[in-house]
Amino acid sequence: MNVAIIKYNAGNIHSVVNSLRRLGVEPLLTDNAEELARADRVLLPGQGEAGCAMGCLRENGLDTVICDLKQPVLGICIGQQLLCRHSEEGDVDCLGIFDAEVKRFSPSRHEYKVPAMGWNSLYDLRTPLFKGIDENEYVYFVHSYYVPLCSETIAVTDYIQPYSAAMNVRNFYATQFHPEKSGDTGSRILQNFLDMDAND
Amino acid sequence: MKKGLAKRIVPCLDVKNGETVKGTNFVNLRKAGDPVEMGKAYCEAGADELVYLDITASHEGRKTFTDMVTRVATEINIPFTVGGGISALEDVERLLYAGADKVSINSAAINNPGLIDEITSRFGSQVCVCAIDAKFDDNEWMCYLNGGRIRTDRKLYEWAREAEERGAGEILFTSMNHDGVKNGYANDALCHLSETLGIPVIASGGAGCPEHFRDAFTVGKADAALAASVFHFGEIKIRELKEYLSFEGINVRL
Repeated sequence: MNVAIIKYNAGNIHSVVNSLRRLGVEPLLTDNAEELARADRVLLPGQGEAGCAMGCLRENGLDTVICDLKQPVLGICIGQQLLCRHSEEGDVDCLGIFDAEVKRFSPSRHEYKVPAMGWNSLYDLRTPLFKGIDENEYVYFVHSYYVPLCSETIAVTDYIQPYSAAMNVRNFYATQFHPEKSGDTGSRILQNFLDMDAND
Repeated sequence: MKKGLAKRIVPCLDVKNGETVKGTNFVNLRKAGDPVEMGKAYCEAGADELVYLDITASHEGRKTFTDMVTRVATEINIPFTVGGGISALEDVERLLYAGADKVSINSAAINNPGLIDEITSRFGSQVCVCAIDAKFDDNEWMCYLNGGRIRTDRKLYEWAREAEERGAGEILFTSMNHDGVKNGYANDALCHLSETLGIPVIASGGAGCPEHFRDAFTVGKADAALAASVFHFGEIKIRELKEYLSFEGINVRL
């Protein structure tokens, strides 16, 4: 299987590469429009700041390339946020695949720390991305911004309030958590993404 | 259903010459195994995160083991932190590039607090763990450098707050009074840190039995608890520990 990771200046993608290798896939890291269009699967991972990441995608023309992709696409962490309409982080317009606004966590009680860092549980799981994953399984999160619940939410997590732990519209999937760092549960989710029927 | 972030159990592997070791009060090192194999075993046993510390790097000026970090990143599917001997942004870049999720800085941060700003503005707060070794002397928690060899005039609470303000994503607090003694964590100091900081606090030093972990979370209000020898020598099994904590009403990943 031909799996491409979108190459742009947004943090550590080595863990995504390593996790795909553990599943027997050698991913191609590229910012080439043709190579991305040709891939069977495309991943948009990343860490970092949304304004900066969007700037980098636009500079390289990757914003339109991503929106035109027809195969299953998986955004991870900031990748999910970039697929939304707008982010409060850097007050930046994003790719607009998901009709949602990315907001900053604003804890009302001191016990809630930001960034939200660690293992949290998933519920209300939908779509084949979560095939074989039990409700309330734990996955690993590191983030200060979140996507509120919306019609495109396919998994919910609670931190300060319930929010979108994963999203889907058409061929676009995204997770706020890091499947590549979420132990066997995360590996299964990545495998599900690879195994997904292209028409799911 | 338990909601919110789970409390984390973090085995710490002190590494010297490619092998894990654990001292009592920072001296008398004993061998305990291959760091990558041990990491994999902890991962399978239910550890939430791993910390690899090059314990002699800071003292001898050695660079941490980049090759080992690369191997760990290849084989392990949970987050891990690397520390020891990080003194410049280039060290951080090299370790993150090798696949570490976070770096822990200790002596270098006290010597050059601006390093925290540099790391976090370049890579984000989430990669920067500020480790603090402190000892309760003369009614005051004071910070120490170089694996506890050099006393500073920095006070624990003030330094932790400054580290947070500079952008550190977590505080890893080791009580030198408690480390290796197995009488429990420094829960009063932990609780003070947890209640005054807006970033997660990792408890370190003093674990001897499962109740100590419970107390670090309930009394010390820590977000994570780190331990080494009790795990390395099998005195506490991580799976059993987490079952116990869950039974005690603590949110853990099982």
